[in-house]
Amino acid sequence: MGPEESYQRKLAAGQFELQRCGACHKHIFYPRFLCPHCGSSYLTWVAASGEGTVYSTTVTRRKAESGGDFNVAIIELKEGPRLMSRIEGLAADRIKIGLAVRVRIAREHDQVFPVFDPIDD
Amino acid sequence: MFVESLRGQAAVVGIGLSEFGIVPGYTHFELMAQAVDRALTDAGLKKSDIDGVFAAIEPANLPVVMTCEYLGIRPKVIEGTMLGGSSFLNFLQWAALALQARLCNVALIAYGSNARSGGIRPGGFTPIPYEVNYGARLVSAYALSAARHMHEYGTTREQLAQVAVAARAWARKNPKALMRDPLTTEDVLRSRMVSDPLTVLDCCLVTDGGGAVIMTRADRAKDHCTKPIYLLGVAAEISHQHIAQMENLTVTAAAHSGPRAFAMAGMNPSDIDVLALYDAFSINTILFLEDLGYCRKGEGGAFVTDGRIAPGGTLPVNTNGGGLSCVHPGMYGIFTIIETIMQLRGAAEERQVRDAKVGLAHGNGGSLSTQVTSVFGTADVL
Repeated sequence: MGPEESYQRKLAAGQFELQRCGACHKHIFYPRFLCPHCGSSYLTWVAASGEGTVYSTTVTRRKAESGGDFNVAIIELKEGPRLMSRIEGLAADRIKIGLAVRVRIAREHDQVFPVFDPIDD
Repeated sequence: MFVESLRGQAAVVGIGLSEFGIVPGYTHFELMAQAVDRALTDAGLKKSDIDGVFAAIEPANLPVVMTCEYLGIRPKVIEGTMLGGSSFLNFLQWAALALQARLCNVALIAYGSNARSGGIRPGGFTPIPYEVNYGARLVSAYALSAARHMHEYGTTREQLAQVAVAARAWARKNPKALMRDPLTTEDVLRSRMVSDPLTVLDCCLVTDGGGAVIMTRADRAKDHCTKPIYLLGVAAEISHQHIAQMENLTVTAAAHSGPRAFAMAGMNPSDIDVLALYDAFSINTILFLEDLGYCRKGEGGAFVTDGRIAPGGTLPVNTNGGGLSCVHPGMYGIFTIIETIMQLRGAAEERQVRDAKVGLAHGNGGSLSTQVTSVFGTADVL
C-alpha cells in the first residue's frame, strides 16, 4: 500500500497522521514516497497534533442554488507543513489569518477529509 | 564544445493574432490556424518553411500532435511541455536552443482557444485528493495569495484595483481590446466579489483568441520583411503546483526566473522600456513587479498607485490592456510575447511606448506555479 492509500485509511479510521522524514526529521504533507526536502525514502507515520493556524483564507462566492459561499483556507500545522482545508463553526467574516484551529475528520458524500474548527480560548 | 549564450541567437520575425474577444463558432484549432496564417504573412514565410512546432492547447489530448496534423506540418522539432499559461514563454527557450543547435530553421509557437464561446473555465485541472473536497477554484488560489499579501504588507483592495484601472486605461488605447469602457477604482471595489479580496474586475477576462510567433536564427532574421526582435534572455522556474504547497504565498518563482533572464540578457530591470506581465488576477502584477526587482517585496501595492504603470506613468505595463482588459482565453502567455514584439517594432500605434528598445514578457501558469521571464530587444541593443 502506498502512502496515499495509507493516509486515506488512517483518516477513515479517525486518525489524522503525518509523515516524518527519518533523515532530515521534517514533517511532510501531503504524503509521499520520497521526502520533498531531502529526497530520503525513510518516511514514517506519526500522530499529528492536529493543531495549527490559518496561513491564508478566502471566501469563494457561489450561487445559493449551488451550495452558497464557502471558505477555503491554508492551514499551517504546528509540525510545519501546510494543507488546504476549510474552517467550520465560524462566520466567514470572522475567519482571519493567524486564527488557531484544530483538526476534525469530516465525512461527506463517501469522502473522508480533514476540516478545522477554531480553538476556543 | 563551447556553447554560446542564447543571448541574441534567435529572433522573432513573425507574429499573428487571430480575431479575439468574443468570436463564436470557431474551434481552438481554427483560431490557432488563423493566427499562424497571419504570422506567416507577417514574416514573409510559407507554411512549408516551418520545421519546428511548439504548441500548447488546453483541452486537446495531444495538443502539439493535433496542431501539426491540423496545419499539415511534419516538423523536425516538436515540443509541447504544458506549464499552463507560461508554456509559450518556456517555448521561447527551447525554440531558441533548437534554432541555435540547427535542429530546425523556422520555429512556430502557436496557441488557440475558444474558451469564451466554448464555455471553458480556465484552469480546470484535476485536483489532487488532498484538495478535491474543498471546492477551491483557480481564483481561490490567487485570492489566498492576495489575502496573505494584504496581511503581511498592508496591501489594500484599492491598490489591487489600481492594477485593473491601469490595464483598462491601456486597453482604451487599443482598438482590439475587448473591454474599453472607462473604469475607476470605485467600479472595481463595488463589483461582484468572486473570492475575497478579488472582485470580478480583479480577475482576467475569459475570451476567445489565438496567437502565433515565428522565430529564426539571428543570421537569417535580417532577411525578413519585418524588423527582427531578438531574444536576449529567457528563464523558467517552477515552485509548486498546488497553492497549499507554495513555500511563501507572497513570493513567486519569478524571483528566480527574473534574475536569470536578466543575467542572460546582460540587463537590469531599469533597462526595460516596456513590460508585459501575465495578469490573470490583479495580485499577479503586484507580485511580479516585486519579484522581478521593480520594488521591494511588499511595496508592490504602493508602487502601482498614482498611475505609475498606466499610460503616462513612468513604467508602461501591459500596454495592450492585459489579460484583465484585452484578451485572455484559457492561457494568455503568447499574448505577452506578441505585445512586446509590437512595442519593440514600434507598431503599437496609439499605445506605442516611445523609443522602446528593450521589452520584458513574463508568463505565469497554474496557481502561481510556473514562472517564465523573457527579455527582448531591437538590433540597437545587441
